[in-house]
Order: sequence, then structure tokens, then C-alpha cells
Amino acid sequence: MSYLELDNVTKIYPNGTKAVNETSLSISEGELMVFVGPSGCGKSTLLRMIAGLEDITGGEIKLDNRVINKVDPSERDVAMVFQNYALYPHMNVYKNLAYGLKNKGESKEEIEKKVNEVAELLEIKEFLLRKPGQLSGGQRQRVAMGRAIVRNPKAFLFDEPLSNLDAKLRGQVRIEIKKLQKQMGVTSVFVTHDQVEAMTLGDRLAVINEGVIEQVGSPIEVYEKPATYFVAEFIGTPQMNFINGKIHANKFISDEFECSINKDVKDQEVIFGIRPENLKVSANGSIKIKVDLIEKLGADSIIYGYDKSNNYLCYRENGNTKIKVNEEISLEIEDENYHLFDQETKKRLN
Amino acid sequence: MSRIFRITVSHSILICGVLLMIVPLWLVFASSTHSNSFIYNEGMQWKIGGEFFDNYDRVLNRKGGFTKEITASGIFYNSFIMAFGIASLSVFVSMMAAYSLVYFKTRFSTLFFWLIFVTLLVPLELRILPSYQIVSDLNLLNSYAGLILPLSASAIATFFFRQYYRSIPEELLEAAKLDGANSWKFFIDFLVPLSKTMIAAMFIFMFVYGYNQYLWPLIMTTSEKYWTVVMGLKMIYGGNSVDRYTYVILSLIPPVIIIVFLQRLFIQGLFQSK
Ligand SMILES: Nc1ncnc2c1ncn2[C@@H]1O[C@H](COP(=O)(O)OP(=O)(O)OP(=O)(O)O)[C@@H](O)[C@H]1O
Ligand SMILES: [Mg+2]
Repeated sequence: MSYLELDNVTKIYPNGTKAVNETSLSISEGELMVFVGPSGCGKSTLLRMIAGLEDITGGEIKLDNRVINKVDPSERDVAMVFQNYALYPHMNVYKNLAYGLKNKGESKEEIEKKVNEVAELLEIKEFLLRKPGQLSGGQRQRVAMGRAIVRNPKAFLFDEPLSNLDAKLRGQVRIEIKKLQKQMGVTSVFVTHDQVEAMTLGDRLAVINEGVIEQVGSPIEVYEKPATYFVAEFIGTPQMNFINGKIHANKFISDEFECSINKDVKDQEVIFGIRPENLKVSANGSIKIKVDLIEKLGADSIIYGYDKSNNYLCYRENGNTKIKVNEEISLEIEDENYHLFDQETKKRLN
Repeated sequence: MSRIFRITVSHSILICGVLLMIVPLWLVFASSTHSNSFIYNEGMQWKIGGEFFDNYDRVLNRKGGFTKEITASGIFYNSFIMAFGIASLSVFVSMMAAYSLVYFKTRFSTLFFWLIFVTLLVPLELRILPSYQIVSDLNLLNSYAGLILPLSASAIATFFFRQYYRSIPEELLEAAKLDGANSWKFFIDFLVPLSKTMIAAMFIFMFVYGYNQYLWPLIMTTSEKYWTVVMGLKMIYGGNSVDRYTYVILSLIPPVIIIVFLQRLFIQGLFQSK
């Protein structure tokens, strides 16, 4: 059941920038959809069109079975959490939360009840009489969340609401947002360029590149079966390794190594992709690299090196590795976990 | 050592400034408390004399002018109404103008802004004849409305409000919109409280501007009932008598009240907003 639906939505800014290009997407009720993509790919623009803060150049947006293209933002009943929170500086926290309810014409008692409930939920009760200027970044973030929650809107829209928090707090708030969202069951769109955030938060991800959605799917789907070269490259740290080569008689052939393909792919130029954790050291492995750099992260070690044709490859090993810099190691592909992309269209082949 | 030196220097500069402001005022005030003949013979005085009540009572309540229709208190009242009207109206009009210039992005808003700004080059003194014509056609000669209206659109105030609104982050408007605020609510609930400081400053500025008007009231009032402060100084109290000192001191009171009253708001605003 689609609740929020984008149908061939296009945005061209007055200066001619085409920020969103014929994008279609359907989000079901209660789902948390994450828009993820590099800076400038049009995530915010898409979100702001849903909110009504940008005009829609082409296409249609439907919310709860109603076309909202021409509906004023104040009447869409969506709530947005901004990156810089956009709290009302001259109102105290209580009034910040109450303002939307007041505009809806709710009674004083009702407003008080709702604000107190939300304040309790978010543990901001003790700040209710403070102005935003007297709060820490994390507390402000909570107030911004509270302002969205208290109205119980049809949809939550988040535009990178965690990017101003320190790493530890970000992790905590992320979990909290996920819980709250599930608890309230409000359809949500969360914009981020941080893939860890995207992977952990989203029921589904929409990976966006240059105004086009490259893939929509659950985090695991997107990770395990990236639909395009861009998605493969964008999702996952350290990045997937790529080797250019060609397919001949169901075999992948590059200067470095060959490997038979388990699926019928016609002969063509391809990009062969393999994630660092899908490699393993093996005495007769076909990929040989000279180690250039080792990052020891505690739980695992990341080893970088050049192969003969000067591809910079990366390999991940659990624990504290014994491999040394400048050592030559041979790697092989584990469990046929590789990805093939067409060199022309950059689309997935296997 | 050097800190004491710095404080001494800076304080001496400040004290000099204060003296520069206070001394002439004191001289006028002290002189205003002596008898007419004493001042006439001895010149201005540093010491307080014994005629304070007599002088002030006389100046406030004696009918002056040629038709004996107006007292100094009447004059101060007229000027207060005029200045207050100009200040309130021009603050209101400028805020509205700036609001539409900044938030309703019509294609020509920049052009409109510059058109408004250019009116600075055409002060009332330059367009006094057409202004008189219009006010007279509207039958507003010898009325408060006639005194106030032609001065109640201020390009300077519009400029300041516009610059201030432009510094307010766009997200604030967007968040308010999503919270269900329409344009009018945004103005009342956001721009007005946020620009409290600016309003106070502009009000003071425009009040003093209105209070100091001379040429316009001179031209458009034929009835002495509508005389204003600067006119009174020229027409009634321009002579060489102690009354002019008394009048000058009294004429300071309305703007001082406004400034004292609004300065509190002004400073309050300064501390609140940041
Ligand atoms: N008001 C505007 N006028 C013209 N072009 C704009 C405007 N806003 C954004 N753009 C352009 O549209 C494109 C998409 O911008 P958008 O803000 O949606 O990116 P984003 O994905 O949110 O990036 P980020 O992660 O950096 O926030 C960019 O190329 C940007 O330069
Ligand atoms: Mg953005």
C-alpha cells in the first residue's frame, strides 16, 4: 500500500540546474525510507518538494491518496527536522513545540497535554522554559524532533538532522529515531549522505546520483546486489574493489587474473567488482598484490596494495593481521561473491 | 600599571564626551531659573536661580502667538502627536514594505527596492509644493493627519528592516510554514518579535526626525493651534528673554521620555536575541 508516492518527479531550478530527473518512488505507510547519495545529488531538493518548500517542475507527488503538488506547505501536514534545527529563537522550548498545535486551533489544555507527553518522551521536560539559545546542540536536536513529533503529522521529513552532533551522540540518536519512528508508525523520509546512517536506519534505501534514483531496496539488498556501478562504489567502506576486463566464453578475463562466471553473460567489456571482505588469502590465489598500507582497526585489519596492473585493491581481514607492509600476498575470491557491471551502461550484469 | 593607564585614558575620553553633552544643557537649565532682567543684564548663568516655578509655569500656560490660541504645552502636545504618529506609521509601513520585498519574491522586488531607496534623494523639502498641493486637495491642511502622512514612509527604515529580514535564516520561514503559519502569522509571530530591537531603534530615530520638523508644519499650518516645537521656538520664544531657555528645556522632555522608555526595550532585545 503506497502512502507517499512520487511519480516522474522533476525539478529544474530557475537557473537551469536539473536537480531531480523524472524520479518515481513509492513509500508505504509507516515505512522509513532513506535517501542517500553524494553531496549535490538532489536529496534535499526531493525532500523539500515533498514538504512543499520547492515547486515541482514536473510529475506528481501523492500523500495519503491526495495529489499535493499545489497544496501549501502549511496544509500538507508533514513535519520536517532541519539540519540546523531551525528552532524559533524567540520562543521557549514549550512554545516551540506548541506553535504548530496552536496554529491547528487546538485547545490550551490539549496542547499542554501533548507537549508534556512529548517532552517526557524525549526527556526535555526540564528545558521547557528555556530558549533554544540556552541549549546544547544535542538538546536542540531533541527539541527539533519534539516539534515534529508533537503534531503527529502524516509524514516526518528529516534533512541530515544528525550531522551537527558528535559521533557518539549521533549513534545514540540514530537508534532513538529508529525506535520512535517504529513506535509512532509515521511514514518517514530521512536524508543523509552518511551510508552508515542510511544502512542502520532505513527500512529501505533510495540511492540517488545526479538527480536519479539508482536503486531502491533494503539495506542488505543494496549492499549485496548493487544495481549499478555507482551504488556498488558508493555503499560500503572500505570501498568495493574494481577491476576492468572483459567477458569471453563465460569467463572474466583481465590482465591480472581470470575467473569463470556462474551465469550466462554475453561477451563484452565489464567492470568486475569485489568487496574487501570477500577476498581471502590463499597460497595459490590468482590475485597478487604488494601491500602498501595496513590499517588496524582492532576488530579487523584493512590491507591495501597494488596488483601488477596497478589497480589499488583493498582486502579486509578479521583481527590483528600478521601481514606486513611490502609483503606480496595472493588473494582469491570467496564463495563467488563478485559483481559484474557493464562498462557502457554501468548496470549490473549478474 | 598599563591597565590603570588604559582605564584612565579611556575614562577621560568618555568623561570629556559626557561633559560636552551636559555642560551646554546645564548652562541653559541654570539660566532658565533666573528672572528675565537678571539674565538680560548678566548673560547666561552657571548657578540655579530662584525663579524656577514662575518661569516654567508662565511658559507652559501663557497663550502665545499672534492670535493667542496656543500655549507651549499645546505646542509640545502637537509635536508629540506628530512625532509619535510619524514614528509609529513609518515603522509599520517600512516593516510591511520590507516584508514584501524580502519574502514575496516578485520578479521586480530588487527594482522596487531601489525605487524606494531613491526617494532618499527627494526629501520632503524638495517636493514640498506638490506635497502641499496633495494635502490641500485632500483637505488635510491644519490637521494632524496632514502633518503626519507625508512623512510616514521612510526609505531608510525600509532599508534597515530589509537588511535585517535578509539576515533571518530561510529555514525559520520554512519551519514556520510547515507548522501551519501563513504569511500574516509569520509576520506577527516571528518578524515582529525578532525585530523588537530594530523597531525600538527605528522608532526613536523616526520620532526625533518627526519632532525636529520645521518647514513642513510651517507651510501647511495656517492655524496656530497646530504649531509645533521648532516653529514655536522661532515664532514665540525667539526673543531675547529667559523664556526661550525655559522653552528649550521643556521641549527636550517628550523625546527624552521616548528614548528612556524605549531604551529599556532596546537593551532587553539586544540581550535576548543573541
Ligand atoms: N535554490 C537553488 N537554485 C539553484 N540550484 C540549486 C538550488 N538549490 C540546490 N540547487 C542545486 O541542485 C542540486 C541538488 O541540490 P541539493 O541541495 O538537493 O543536494 P543534496 O543532495 O541535498 O546535497 P547535500 O548532501 O550537500 O545537502 C545541486 O547541484 C545544487 O547546486
Ligand atoms: Mg542537502
